[in-house]
Amino acid sequence: MPGTTDLTKLTAAETAARIASGEVTAVQVTEAHLDRIAAVDEKVHAFLHVDREGALAQARAVDDKRARGEKLGPLAGVPLALKDIFTTKGVPTTVGSKILEGWIPPYDATLTQRLKAADVVILGKTNMDEFAMGSSTENSAYGPTGNPWDLTRIPGGSGGGSSAALASYQAPLAIGTDTGGSIRQPAAVTGTVGVKPTYGAVSRYGMVAFSSSLDQGGPCARTVLDAALLHEAIAGHDPLDSTSIDAPVPSVVAAAREGDVAGLRIGVVKEFSGEGYQAGVMQRFNESVELLRELGAEVVEVSCPSFDRALAAYYLIAPSECSSNLARFDAMRYGLRVGDDGTRSAEDVTALTREAGFGDEVKRRIMLGTYALSSGYYDAYYGSAQKVRTLIARDFERAFASVDVLISPTTPTTAFPIGERADDPLAMYLADLCTIPSNLAGNAAMSLPCGLAPEDGLPVGLQIIAPAMADDRLYRVGAAVEAAFVDRWGHHLLEEAPAL
Amino acid sequence: MTVTELVSYEDALATYEPVMGLEVHVELGTKTKMFCGCSTALGAEPNSQTCPTCLGMPGSLPVVNAVGVESAVKIGLALHCEIAEWCRFARKNYFYPDMPKNFQTSQYDEPIAFNGYLDVQLEDGEVFRVEIERAHMEEDTGKSTHVGGATGRIHGASHSLLDYNRAGIPLIEIVTKPIVGAGERAPEVAKAYVAELRELIKALGVSEARMEMGQMRCDVNLSLRPKGAEKFGTRSETKNVNSLRSVERAARFEIQRHAAVLGAGGTILQETRHFHEEDGSTTSGRIKEEAEDYRYFPEPDLVPVAPSREWVEELRAGLPELPRVRRNRLREEWGISEHEMQSVLNAGVIDLITATIEAGADAASARKWWMGELARRANEEGIDPTALPITPAQVARVAALVAEGALNDKLARQVIEGVLAGEGDPDAVVDKRGLKVVSDEGALGTAVDEAIAGNPAIADKIRGGKVAAAGALVGAVMKATRGQADAARVRELILERLGVTE
Repeated sequence: MPGTTDLTKLTAAETAARIASGEVTAVQVTEAHLDRIAAVDEKVHAFLHVDREGALAQARAVDDKRARGEKLGPLAGVPLALKDIFTTKGVPTTVGSKILEGWIPPYDATLTQRLKAADVVILGKTNMDEFAMGSSTENSAYGPTGNPWDLTRIPGGSGGGSSAALASYQAPLAIGTDTGGSIRQPAAVTGTVGVKPTYGAVSRYGMVAFSSSLDQGGPCARTVLDAALLHEAIAGHDPLDSTSIDAPVPSVVAAAREGDVAGLRIGVVKEFSGEGYQAGVMQRFNESVELLRELGAEVVEVSCPSFDRALAAYYLIAPSECSSNLARFDAMRYGLRVGDDGTRSAEDVTALTREAGFGDEVKRRIMLGTYALSSGYYDAYYGSAQKVRTLIARDFERAFASVDVLISPTTPTTAFPIGERADDPLAMYLADLCTIPSNLAGNAAMSLPCGLAPEDGLPVGLQIIAPAMADDRLYRVGAAVEAAFVDRWGHHLLEEAPAL
Repeated sequence: MTVTELVSYEDALATYEPVMGLEVHVELGTKTKMFCGCSTALGAEPNSQTCPTCLGMPGSLPVVNAVGVESAVKIGLALHCEIAEWCRFARKNYFYPDMPKNFQTSQYDEPIAFNGYLDVQLEDGEVFRVEIERAHMEEDTGKSTHVGGATGRIHGASHSLLDYNRAGIPLIEIVTKPIVGAGERAPEVAKAYVAELRELIKALGVSEARMEMGQMRCDVNLSLRPKGAEKFGTRSETKNVNSLRSVERAARFEIQRHAAVLGAGGTILQETRHFHEEDGSTTSGRIKEEAEDYRYFPEPDLVPVAPSREWVEELRAGLPELPRVRRNRLREEWGISEHEMQSVLNAGVIDLITATIEAGADAASARKWWMGELARRANEEGIDPTALPITPAQVARVAALVAEGALNDKLARQVIEGVLAGEGDPDAVVDKRGLKVVSDEGALGTAVDEAIAGNPAIADKIRGGKVAAAGALVGAVMKATRGQADAARVRELILERLGVTE
């Protein structure tokens, strides 16, 4: 029987099994993680809010259930770090922004409800780029998060708090949201697993909107199987989200347990290589291609020419939608209110509040989007971007007609130092080059670790892309790759991370 | 504010031709709001019928109300519109504190219904076709109350109160194509159009369309062009004209005002105008120098609406008879004039008369009771005739009692009074009050003899051939029998006794 300190090193699947068998209690597991947070999060800054009491109450409820002999779900009692973009009734939700400082939502997101229903213990809310706009978590109004592999480097973004919490063993499970890569890129640079499910697979009800047609919540974990277990807990039709898929969730847990690529056709996206791609990233990626061949897959090169325009299209569509989505933050009904001294007009109070409450990147995107939607510019910008979106979807369709999944590096480089790209938005945007096409097309994609770049010793992510509604293929391929690498390395990649 | 010297209506029409566009917003009578499950009931505590979605809370999402879509399709079909096979909602972006999301979920270039018409009948029976541009779905805003100012408007107010109960209530906006060719009858056409549309909406059962409750609101867009000109003039938009009479007055006022401005060599500003009930005038609202940029784009939070053709045909097959068609049919069945039908319509008793006829009464008596005694009572009590505590079946029973001679008109009125007073069914009232025509010839004969004996002078006149004088004796007999005699029979007996024939 392990000591409490080891409980944070277990996978979610192992943790749940030990709780179910009575080897440990959910309260013990939760306390171990709360202790870990207390010990390391001052350095990492993964959490914006730790809900100690709420987590322990949930854990006690799980233990009570077990004591009564009730059947426990597959993740009962497992702690989780929730991105601060999902509403939590009675628990602050800031979206990394000053404009929502102090807001206590009166309702739970559907995802929050499902986690609670699955008896997953919510430890707290994790740091993120403000309104999920960024690739480094530096845009958080509450300060940056450190990458547990090197605290002077970024943990990815926007979901850097979630990826860092996993990589620093503060939680075995986390939730992210992915609008342009905000789950996959943080997973890649922290040596963890992250999945952007098919658009519509996970309800967006209660997920604060950045870009409605691109946003998608998804699971983050340290192993492919854990991600699959979490995926099944949170996915499924929600009548409160009109864009939610009304069809059975693909059997991702079964696929993760199978883990087999023999006989599959796998396409390497030709456009995701060349200038701007770090040598060590390409080296590990090419080794992954070889590994897949060894495992019995047929690997072919596939061209998706429209992907070159994905970034440009994304930076018109996402800001356009955000300019409308963020209009509601006007100081009238909730959140920050600045300058309401009884002499100013509502319009002035709104302007002062937005000036003080929104950060630079958010303001930049609101202005870009407002401009792109303006009469006279709409067709040239928003309209053209939607056409590119269609072309990208067609590229995927053509590719998936001949291959089962596509692969690429998740992000062109490993984690860059905090501050390096903070003043260069275009350089920052390049971090999402390989992830954005799947958001535009709405299909599913995963990032999992494929080694350390030799030049900096930092994790590299392998991206697997599947057609919409075929999320199970990600897990089938991902689990096979993960098992082969663990076999080759003798351990999970994360075990090479330095102690904090 | 400068007071415009109006040009007389006749002079205005001698020079100019009016062009109108009418935009009508109808609040649907759905139980819940357009995009969430909150109640739409009127009169609740402020902000008690709200949720994260209709308050625009972070993270909340809309879901389309299926009954709202069905109502929109029904309205579209009744207006002879094409129904979109596929259409989307769009966001209309602008800031206002009573709009929770700071965009209104509406429809833009893909309305659910388009290209239709509504035939409206003017009071003299002339039919005028109003072309419909589109009907689209959207949501209402919340309600601002500006406190502390003199006018209730935001100017001069110390603070404002916001009630979001109305936010998200489904609206259908119905927009006409430019109405041309109505000439001097333009204001009348505007009124008749709104009236007809209201009847149609009520007949469809999609809204009560009560203008005084704000369930139906009309914007009157009007411009003038010199007679014979092709090009439309600049229009003014008179907002929230909320009664039929006001629609007519607003159009009329704007025709006279435009003519005055144009006649003096001025130009009409494209602006919104406020209508004033007190004197029927309009005053300048906000000037629209350039079109406001609402930055419309397709609503990404809602999937497209794609009404299947089968469903649309099912709805079409289930449409009720259109009010104008029904009115004309009933008018012919009842054998009354256009003018009389108009009175029936104005009294709001068409359905009551129809039901009374269905319960067995003949058309003339059904109309007589509802247009006479009952309309008067409703009017006295300031209630809708439908709210009177008497059913069409009860009215039909009274009519039947009169037809079979058991009651005369005077007694029948007493029976109705009894029913209204809660004394029970007509038959029960007849029993309780002992109301029945005296038809006992012996008793009547005695009463007639007494009347003749008591009025010898009149009797002599009648004997002398002045048959018309018999009325006075009939009156005396009726008085003696407390109105329970059959007046016709009394008259016969008197003439018989006095040996006179008519």
